[in-house]
This record gives sequence, C-alpha cells and structure tokens, in this order.
Amino acid sequence: MQSLILTTATRLLVALLLVFSIYALLRGHNLPGGGFIGGLIGATGFILYVIATSVSDARSALRADPANIAMLGVGIAAFSGIMGAFAGDAFLTGQWLFLFAAEGEKGLPLSSVLVFDVGVYLAVFGGILTLVFAMEEEI
Amino acid sequence: MSWILVNPILIPLVTAVLAYLFRTSPAGRWISVAGTVVLLFASLIMMGEVLEHGVIAGQMSNWQAPFGITLVADYLGGVMVVITAITAMATVIYTLAEIPERLERLGFHALLQVLVAAVCGAFLTGDLFNLYVWFEVMLISSFGLLVLGGSKEQLDGGIKYVTLNLVSTIMFLSGIGLLYGITGTLNMADLHLAVREVENTGLLTTIAVMFMVAFGVKAALFPLFFWLPASYHTPPVAVSAIFAGLLTKVGVYALIRSFTLIFDQDVAFTHTILLWLAVATMVTGVLGAAAMNDFRRILSFHIISQIGYMVLGLALFTPLGLVGAVFYLVHHIIVKANLFFVAGVAKRIGGSTDLSRLGGLYAHAPVLAFLFLIPAFSLAGFPPLSGFWAKYVVVKAALDLEMWFVAGVSLAVGLLTIYSMTKIWGAAFWPKHPDGIKPRLGDLPAGERVALMAPIVGLAVLTCIIGLFPEPFVHFAETSAEQLLDPTAYVTTVLGVQP
Repeated sequence: MQSLILTTATRLLVALLLVFSIYALLRGHNLPGGGFIGGLIGATGFILYVIATSVSDARSALRADPANIAMLGVGIAAFSGIMGAFAGDAFLTGQWLFLFAAEGEKGLPLSSVLVFDVGVYLAVFGGILTLVFAMEEEI
Repeated sequence: MSWILVNPILIPLVTAVLAYLFRTSPAGRWISVAGTVVLLFASLIMMGEVLEHGVIAGQMSNWQAPFGITLVADYLGGVMVVITAITAMATVIYTLAEIPERLERLGFHALLQVLVAAVCGAFLTGDLFNLYVWFEVMLISSFGLLVLGGSKEQLDGGIKYVTLNLVSTIMFLSGIGLLYGITGTLNMADLHLAVREVENTGLLTTIAVMFMVAFGVKAALFPLFFWLPASYHTPPVAVSAIFAGLLTKVGVYALIRSFTLIFDQDVAFTHTILLWLAVATMVTGVLGAAAMNDFRRILSFHIISQIGYMVLGLALFTPLGLVGAVFYLVHHIIVKANLFFVAGVAKRIGGSTDLSRLGGLYAHAPVLAFLFLIPAFSLAGFPPLSGFWAKYVVVKAALDLEMWFVAGVSLAVGLLTIYSMTKIWGAAFWPKHPDGIKPRLGDLPAGERVALMAPIVGLAVLTCIIGLFPEPFVHFAETSAEQLLDPTAYVTTVLGVQP
C-alpha cells in the first residue's frame, strides 16, 4: 500500500515506538512494563514499517534475521538463569551488582533480572516479526 | 538439588539455541546429537538422586513453594525424563539419515530440541500453571515440526492438530482459573492439601472433569482422539516417532498426576468415567487400526488403543492398577517409537508406507523383519517381551476387582492387536513387492544404514531387557505407584513441612 501520509508519519512513529519499547522494557523493573510488552511494542514499530513500505525494506532496516534475534533472546534468558549458578543459588535467582554503592547509599543496582528481561524482549520481538514477515511475504 | 532438576530442561533449550545459530552448517545436527547425549547423562544423574531420596524438589529463583515455581521429580517423573532422553537421542540419530538439508536450514533441530525441553518441563514441574506453559511450548514446537517443509498434506494434518489441541488448551486454562478461584493456589502439592478444605465439592468435581477433557484431548482418549490419526502419518518419520512416543504420554502423565494428587476426593464418579473412557478408547483404537491400510496409520490408531490400557490402570485406582499404568507408559514409549522407525526404514527401501505398495521385506531385508517382530510382538503382549508384563499387570488388576467385562475386553483388544500386526507382516514383509523392487538394507549408504538401524536395535534391546528381567522394573513401578497413592512424601518434600 502506498500512502504519502502513512509513509511520512511512519518515519516519525517507528522511532517513537522503538524508544517507547525500550522505556517499557526498563520500566518493567519495578513498575508495570517489562520484556514481553516491550518486545510487542518494538515489533509494532517494524510491523508499521512493513505496512507503509514492504517486507524487503523492513528486513534490510532490521539488518538481522528476526528468527536469529528470537533464538538469541532465548539464549540470553537461559544465560541469565544460569548466572545464579556462579553464586551457588538456584536457577533464575536474581543476582545483584550495586555499582558505586556507599554507606547508606544503594548506588546503581544492576541485576540478572534485567538480563532475563532483555532476553524475553528479544525473543518476543524476533518471534513476532518472524511470523509477520512470513505472512506478509506469503500474501 | 535444584540444578539437577533444571538440567533436563536447560540442556535441550541451550542446544536448541546453538543448533539454530549453526543451522546452515553440518555442525548444527552434531550439536543436536551431542545435546541429547548430554541430556541422557543429566537425566540419569537426576534419576540416581531420585532413587536415593525418593522425591527431590527444587525451588526456582529461590521463591519458596507454594509461591514460586517448584520442580519436582518422584519415581514417575524421573523415569519419564530418562525415557524422554532415550527417545530424543534415538530420534536425533535417526534424523541424521532422514531429514534433508532443506528442513535443517529451516531450523528443524532447534524445534525438536525445544519440544524435548517442553516434554521434560511438563514431567518435572510441580505447578499447574507452569504445566500449562510447557503444554503450550510443546504445542507450538510440535506444530512447527508438523508443518515444516509445508506440503499440502502436512498443512492439512497440522491445522486439525492445532485446532483440536487449542480446544484442550482453553479447557485446561479455564479449569486452572476456576481451581485457583476456589483454592487460591496452583502448586500441585499445596493443592493436594487445599482441595480437602473446599466445601463446594460439586464445583470441584466439575473442574476435575474439565481437566479430564483437557488432558483427554492431549492423551487421545475416546472420543477426543480425532486429531491424532489425522496428523501423525504426514510429517517425516522421525517426527512421527517422537510424537508417537512422547506427546500423548505427556497427556497420560498429566492425567495420572492430577487424578492421584489433586482430584482424588470423588473417585467413585471421576474414575468410573475414566474407566469407561479407557475401555472405549481401547476398542475404537484397535478397530480403527484394523480398518487402515497404511503402515503409519495402523500404528497411529494403535497408539490410541494402547492409551486405553494406561488410563485403565489409573481408573482402577488400586496399587496394582497404577503399577500397570506406569509400566505400560514406559514400555509403550520404547515400543511405539521403534515401530515408527521400522516403518520409516520400510518406506526408505520399499518406497512407500502404503501396505499395498510394499512387499518383499522378509526375503530381502530379514534383519529388518526380525527387528519389526520384536516391538510388534511386544505391542501385542507376547511373552517374554515388555508388553506381556505391562498387559499382564493391568489385566490382573482388573481381575482382582472382579471386573470380568473390562478384563475380557482388554484381552480381546490384545488379540485384535495381533491381527493388525499380522496384517502388516502379511502385506509388507511376506509377499513379493508389487513393483518388483528388491528392498535391501545393503543398498543404503553405510553411514545412513548405521543412523537408521542403530536406534531400532537399541530400542529393541531395551524391550527385550525389560521383558527378560522384569523384576527391577516391576519393583520400580510398585514404588512409584505407592508414591502416587500416598503423596505424603511428595507434599512434604515440596512444601518442606509436615502436612
């Protein structure tokens, strides 16, 4: 479908959606949000791009094969679970690193929970796009 | 403890990721083979722990039960994981000679490994919602395997498969919702205690029947089995074999687990339904098989008929009945996967799975004929093979309860099983090939011959071992039946307190 309004608006919206998807991913740490919904929002951006242009354009804009992204996501999520082993904890136990922590100050808390969320984000993002690209190409 | 329990899920999952990233090079398929070997070792280590402690449990991410996700392995769960690993290894070796590079490039091995991970997850989880998740993962990956390559026939089978299974999923999820509504927990061990506090037992029985329908579809119980014969003959043989071996058994396992651990307060009602469903399943399955004229279709209908025996063992709800159910479960996975492997080799050298277009296998491939007879006789229940003991125990359990009719039907079904095995023998092995082909194993390239025959020989040897030395296996099944009927150890291990 060729529509000047859609293609012009898409340029703006895709960037916004992708930024918002990262925001949702990071927000999910303590508030509603997270990897799953973030991945869905991110995929929406590229789906919009497919509708406005074509699958081949969207594929080249994405650069990587979406199925590879999805499997990488599964790998990252599995790895974040394995991180618990290094500390001798159970599978998927959250591992925390407090950067610049001082007396009475938590500093910047980094955790394997976030790594897991990033894995989920990539798995959902890649999985949805694999399906959508395949269906659009069939039609 | 928890890592020993996670390994059987984690190993195939990591293998899937690696196999997918290397899917375009030969390395991918060897990663897949190596993954299943590691899985077998991990599951044996886990089994060793189970034999030592009885029941082992691990709390994922350190959230204590009943709030976190618990992985549990008792005798039944443990042996199912071991047998899954064996079947997975046999299948992956078989695929080396069967799956074309085209399918490997599409990610065949990754899907197969995800399926194995999901099956292991379903056997190990101690949480109903987690079980639902594993069922979904299993459904998605098996649908992918069914339609991969995308021939018209495959899509036809795949759509029927996924549609009917989605109905089961909806039933399962609604049942979970209702159960959570009245008990406030989904941890299976906690549920065992919580359902005793429920006052509205009528609703509880309704929920039990919903679970029965949901798992009944998965297990291919009468009258919910239509998806199975519609789809199992379409994909590559290795895929049919692992489906035939494992998928329906996950349904049976879920039935056994939920109707011993959770829904055991109205046995007179629920287990009577199960009893008659089991009888109907046995009969329709074996009659369906008698009407078929294709190697793989006959075998597909026989899965249904054999599912009847396992559910019968559960429905009798006596220690001996459950011993039979557990023994049957293990025996059937080995034998059925093996028969599908044989069908695959027959197709490879004889050119078809249609019985009217096969022949001459006995004259030109006597080794294959012999290797067909072992699982075929075992399926029909000939002594001294594993199937004899499995059938014997189930029938004995029925006779002990003086259910003459049920026992008689299961014996008659055994007889009819022999009939369809002789039909395959009489059409594919004995007469000359209608097209004059001489199906010889020797005509296959040496590497492929090894990859095709090794799993068949290995599984046949297992059948013989179980058949000739049944003592330790029966004893094992007795212990797991005790654990199922008295889940105190299970509950204590999971919750960490005396109930």
